Amino acid sequence: MTIDLTINGEARRLDLDPATPLLWALRDGLGLTGTKYGCGIAQCGACTVHVDGEATRSCITPIEAVAGRRVVTVEGLSSARGRAVQRAWIEAQVPQCGYCQSGQVMAAAALLAGNADPSDADIDAAMSGILCRCGTYGRIRTAIRAAAQALRG
Amino acid sequence: MTSTTHSRRDTLRGFAAAAGFLILGANRAGAVLLPGSYVPRAPFEDGAFSPFAWVEIGPGGVLIRYAAAEMGQGVSTALPQILAEELELEWESVRVAPAPLGAAFIHPRLRERDSAGSRSVRFNYEPLRRVGAAARQMLVQAAAERWDLPVETCAAEAPGRVVHPASGRSLSYADLADAAARLTPPREPRLKDPARFRLIGRSLRRKDVPAKVDGSAVFASDVRLPGLLTATSMQCPRFGGRLAALDEAPARAIPGVRAVLRFDTWFAVVADGFWPAKRGLDALTPRWEGGSDIDSAAISAKLAAAGGSGEATLETRRLGDAAAALAGSERRIEAVYEVPYLAHATMEPMSAVARVAAGGCEIWVGTQRQSVAHDYVATLLGIPRDRVTLHETYLGGGFGRRFEVDYLGQAVLIAQRMEGRPVKLIWTREEDTRQGFYRPATWNRLEGGLDTAGRPVAWTHRIAAQSLLQRIRPYALRPNGLDVAAVEGAVNHPYAIPNQRVEWSRVDLPVPVGAWRSVGSSQNAFVTECFIDELAQLAGADPYRYRRDLMTGHPRHRAVLDLAAERAGWGTPLPAGHGRGVAAAECFGGWCAQVAEVEAVPGGRIRVRRMVAVLDCGLAVNPSIVEAQVESAIVFGLSAALFGQITVAGGAVQQTNFDDHPILRIDEMPRIEVHILPSHEAPGGVGEIATPQVAPAVANAIFAATGRRIRSLPLALHGVV
Ligand code: FES
Ligand code: FES
Repeated sequence: MTIDLTINGEARRLDLDPATPLLWALRDGLGLTGTKYGCGIAQCGACTVHVDGEATRSCITPIEAVAGRRVVTVEGLSSARGRAVQRAWIEAQVPQCGYCQSGQVMAAAALLAGNADPSDADIDAAMSGILCRCGTYGRIRTAIRAAAQALRG
Repeated sequence: MTSTTHSRRDTLRGFAAAAGFLILGANRAGAVLLPGSYVPRAPFEDGAFSPFAWVEIGPGGVLIRYAAAEMGQGVSTALPQILAEELELEWESVRVAPAPLGAAFIHPRLRERDSAGSRSVRFNYEPLRRVGAAARQMLVQAAAERWDLPVETCAAEAPGRVVHPASGRSLSYADLADAAARLTPPREPRLKDPARFRLIGRSLRRKDVPAKVDGSAVFASDVRLPGLLTATSMQCPRFGGRLAALDEAPARAIPGVRAVLRFDTWFAVVADGFWPAKRGLDALTPRWEGGSDIDSAAISAKLAAAGGSGEATLETRRLGDAAAALAGSERRIEAVYEVPYLAHATMEPMSAVARVAAGGCEIWVGTQRQSVAHDYVATLLGIPRDRVTLHETYLGGGFGRRFEVDYLGQAVLIAQRMEGRPVKLIWTREEDTRQGFYRPATWNRLEGGLDTAGRPVAWTHRIAAQSLLQRIRPYALRPNGLDVAAVEGAVNHPYAIPNQRVEWSRVDLPVPVGAWRSVGSSQNAFVTECFIDELAQLAGADPYRYRRDLMTGHPRHRAVLDLAAERAGWGTPLPAGHGRGVAAAECFGGWCAQVAEVEAVPGGRIRVRRMVAVLDCGLAVNPSIVEAQVESAIVFGLSAALFGQITVAGGAVQQTNFDDHPILRIDEMPRIEVHILPSHEAPGGVGEIATPQVAPAVANAIFAATGRRIRSLPLALHGVV
């Protein structure tokens, strides 16, 4: 069975078991390895992508559930908002090992899409599902605020 | 470097006697060899000193190689930064790459490549300055020869040029590199005057960051190769157990599954991708046999019995006569402290890629023990070392877990059976949690005695624990069997107490143990820093001042403690229900003091509100990276203090994934304030220095806030989180 969807702006056809999690379709099927596996059970957020703009855990999202929808991964994060987040991440020198960071960046970009000026509580609510074993949380907070400010101009 | 040649040879002979790999069949992973020792290599200054192996200068810019594993601690920036300083380069134009394992890159003292013990900058600072300075001198000499001018009249200058100031002539490094590389390196390169540093000591941007925000950074689990297969594996969950039987049919029935491979203690499913491999694994019902059936209660009882009886105890520190002083002291207390096993839980589960073909092997792996990994693969396959090629990837976290090579061994053994096709092994999170090399659980009994003025006159500390060096570096055990890593943090507390006795009782248990960020200090500092707090309490003294007064002869300890107290506002009023706790400890050449502030919230729980840390790591090569490492160490320490534990039932680890093995989340973060003490001392350790203080500072703050003295971890067991 084939599934059609849009990934990073391109129409793609996946010929995989429809129950395959989007995470593995991206990584093994399409070679988009920026999206990471951390737990496989919606506990860590390393696999966060955007589905129709919403931050979504790709490890528990079967590809049949995203047929016909728009998926954006860290490789395709080309919106002004996405770029602003990535710039702020570089400015604040957030990443350490880096393994969780695609998920962090994607979650932050989704947060800013719905909230131009997030409070600390908003940041907590949007980001508490994205674990970082290296403890980059302080800089993540700094970077989100900086990106929000840059986007507000 | 030159005066030690003789003793180095002697050391080499000592190593050679123990050389080769031990097969610890009774330990985990029967078929997987565990490296017991290592054949040391010729270091880069014994005839292989070749500055232009480290630096590649071309028209397109400069590439600097770094001989350490980038696992987040920033070595891919800090190490090249040191070299670039001496070489007078412009930072923005520098590219970096991991160094191969050749002789030119083996450390003169370590004789192997590894990334542990907070050593990378500490041990490479001087050698890398020498490499950079030698390359600079060779470039200057090449220019002088080309111009036919005396070399003293020429100089190197940023951004990467040699100039002759008198005539205004200049040549770029790119024009000189070929000629310079043919010159003989100077024996004693002239180092720059630190007063002229332009790069060292600055928060230069990390070279690895751009690739880590756009998804292009490659970890072992991201490696892609033509014909690549993906495997996932499962080892007997019971320590020491074996695979008795496995019906492969259910896995083979899953589309995309290519093979089910059986080994002595584990099996693997190989497939076209991770998803079918995992489905295949989940479809199987292996039958295991043998192995341990121990549980956490039995482990605690064994540790307590060994510690309590004092059998087979090794004395590791003795000062005066602690027993007599205790007996004669005015006031005495005794306390038992316990800490649990802890998992590393790196964000990237264990992963490695291998291809075994035509009598050789290529591996792609993130490892903290590069040269051992390399030797290990050669030993495993019975091929010469030069037939093994190691490609280093970024590590999705290390913390000591990737100091082990078990997962790499599995990848190689799987690839060996797949007829030349490359295989990527990715462990499930569940496997990663269950098959760790955990920080040892320990049992501790302490006694302290005060004189009439409340000053401590006696201190005894007995630790009962497993040995970790026994497996990872048996040649580093003391002749009497003492594991020095297990007593770090217990034997070097800074308190001037005239009578002290510290002992260690080795207990053998089937749980695999290994090095966990800051190693012995991570648990021993919890014990010593809480117990000194108890003594202060008994003396009716302020815990900060009490410590401070006892830190005679330890100026660096005292300096970080004083500044931490000052920055935290020690002694200033706090809202009701809040409390402050302090802790100080030194490890791996770095000194750190921390003050925790906690708040007791309704329901008997506490929240950690603020952590203030002061670090003395000597010269901070890149202050932004140092600060990030302190923040990281504190978060790591908080996860452990609040919820970290691995428990055992039926001979197996009970935790599996982040749902039953939580780590700190952003909404649980306290405010963290980090201060780096300005210093001109040689660079010390950084990455691990600020973990040991976290648990005791928080536990002491809980005491200050609630009057409750907590003597075992994690705090969650006491209902406070
Ligand atoms: S891998 Fe999807 S949430 Fe952890
Ligand atoms: S940067 Fe390492 S897990 Fe977040």
